[in-house]
Amino acid sequence: MSKDIYALAEHRQGEMRDVTFEILTKAKILAKETGGSTVAVILGSGIDNLAESLKSYADKVVYIENDKLGHFHSEYYQEALKSLFEERKPFLMVMGHTSVAYELAPSLALKLDIPVITGCIDFRIDGSSVYSVNSVYGGKVNAEYSFNSENGGIVTILAGSMPAEEGGLSGELEKVSFSFDLEFEDKIFLQFVEAVAGEIDITQAEKIISIGRGIKEEENLAMIQELADSIGGVVACSRPIVDAGWLPKSRQVGSSGKTVKPKLYIAIGISGDFQHLMGMRNADTIIAINKDPNAPIFGAADYGIVDDLFKVVPALKDKVAELK
Amino acid sequence: MDSIVCIKRVPETAEATLKIDSSNLKLDEENLVFSINEADNYALEQALLLQEEFGGDVTIVSVGPEKTDEIIRMALAKGATSGIRITPSNLEELDPASIAKLIADEVKDLDYDLIFTGCIASDDGFSQVGVTLAEMLGINHISMAVEMEAEEETAKINRELEGGLMEKFEVKYPAVITIQTGINEPRYASILGIKRAGSKELKVVEASEAKAEKVKLEKIYFPPPGKMAEIFEGGPAETSGKVAEVLKTKGLL
Ligand SMILES: Cc1cc2nc3c(=O)[nH]c(=O)nc-3n(C[C@H](O)[C@H](O)[C@H](O)COP(=O)(O)OP(=O)(O)OC[C@H]3O[C@@H](n4cnc5c(N)ncnc54)[C@H](O)[C@@H]3O)c2cc1C
Repeated sequence: MSKDIYALAEHRQGEMRDVTFEILTKAKILAKETGGSTVAVILGSGIDNLAESLKSYADKVVYIENDKLGHFHSEYYQEALKSLFEERKPFLMVMGHTSVAYELAPSLALKLDIPVITGCIDFRIDGSSVYSVNSVYGGKVNAEYSFNSENGGIVTILAGSMPAEEGGLSGELEKVSFSFDLEFEDKIFLQFVEAVAGEIDITQAEKIISIGRGIKEEENLAMIQELADSIGGVVACSRPIVDAGWLPKSRQVGSSGKTVKPKLYIAIGISGDFQHLMGMRNADTIIAINKDPNAPIFGAADYGIVDDLFKVVPALKDKVAELK
Repeated sequence: MDSIVCIKRVPETAEATLKIDSSNLKLDEENLVFSINEADNYALEQALLLQEEFGGDVTIVSVGPEKTDEIIRMALAKGATSGIRITPSNLEELDPASIAKLIADEVKDLDYDLIFTGCIASDDGFSQVGVTLAEMLGINHISMAVEMEAEEETAKINRELEGGLMEKFEVKYPAVITIQTGINEPRYASILGIKRAGSKELKVVEASEAKAEKVKLEKIYFPPPGKMAEIFEGGPAETSGKVAEVLKTKGLL
């Protein structure tokens, strides 16, 4: 068993994804503990520059270049990574818990017959065991899972759950040639599809009044719009409001929506799941209104009201009118 | 077109006050309400839409305790053809790969074109069963589907990426598709549907000791208190007055 920690570099449309630097930072810290090396793995086509840009974050950058890897396709990624894994037997492979990992990590682990923990917010190594911290039940509870990594293992970490630090290493670049025996013609990537732009760009708004599932009915949105008008802000929302078709996708805040950094973010009837927090936690002032005192949103907010939004919102509208 | 839909019974936790069981391995279930996992409800709807368009059977599969029958019956009431509940004696020890194995053993000899699952379960958040199941069955998979145009033998599917971007794939059946919320509008069961569901087939598989695969749950616990908002006390008039003052002081009005 090697002690090396491998990290899968994620890139899209020619750009490295932020999560890559987060997992490489974590890999570096852990490799120091295990006494192994930090190895960045990058797959793609025409990625010389991207591979080069990882050198300061790893002891080694392993770089597999092939036309078939030009766009992310889990089957080709899986073939290439499986072969690399079997040949080098790293102690652990770390990935971001992203749309790449969703598609790849569970099946790669099964194919390699090794354990996998997905979606953790942190993890540690103790001897040959790996212990994770997963945020479960919508962020209200933590769970610790473990596996024995003697024959290797995979861990995927939620993007944004750990800091990315400057690398300070000077890794060597190793180009690995790989050819595919198989064509995966039953599953073909066709194209990227951009989200429809909205009539309002919430990322430009200074004040955002954001609403979640606590609003219960579509007609109650009017009340929120009135509050937003009185404060001079725009209305945004959590995902379930878009899923229900009550507001357009362009108003959604979170990892699969927009990332906003307004001066003011008022979260109303939003529980504060990790995926939502990812989109708003850097707002200057965050105010949460939620009837559940244990809602995770209060951990991200500066000020909070624990009460029924249907009582607080009208009262707040009046107070704002008085003070304006 | 025949489909299989994998669903999971999960507790509704967003508004509930949670307690941890003395084993430190699960929630105290006493005051919790359980329902079908949110993404699975969209997966079910997707199968029902295809059934309306192309005909065929929709088979529901769920691994869980006896009470799982409630969500299976509800799926049958919405129009699914039949259900299978798999109840292993060591359910709580099983990781996602073991759950996928139980499902794979049960469905491998069925006729199907598509298998749908939700893309994530709201309790553990692993997002593994669908993709693992596809690998076990040796068929294709597409995860996180947010749009789907199905034909007789292939489908074009938009997968959700971060920040609202999507990627379009074409996939040939048989395949596992894991469905993200928002892809359709899940229906409600009709009174007639609920009446009919009672007479539909619901097969129960009592799996004895299923193999607990490789990942073990050590414990669950409440997150250590971290940064916490300043909570304003009082009735709505008072608390909202304080918020309005904060806004004024910070020049946000
Ligand atoms: C891959 C992926 C990507 C995702 N991307 C996003 C994303 O970009 N953005 C996003 O928001 N989510 C995203 N989600 C979904 C996310 O996991 C949560 O499900 C979602 O954020 C929950 O929305 P919510 O807080 O509005 O609803 P819930 O979690 O249901 O919370 C509702 C809240 O309202 C409160 N409430 C209810 N009634 C009242 C009342 N009368 N007064 C006051 N409070 C009340 C409750 O106490 C509760 O806290 C994503 C999920 C996945 C799997």
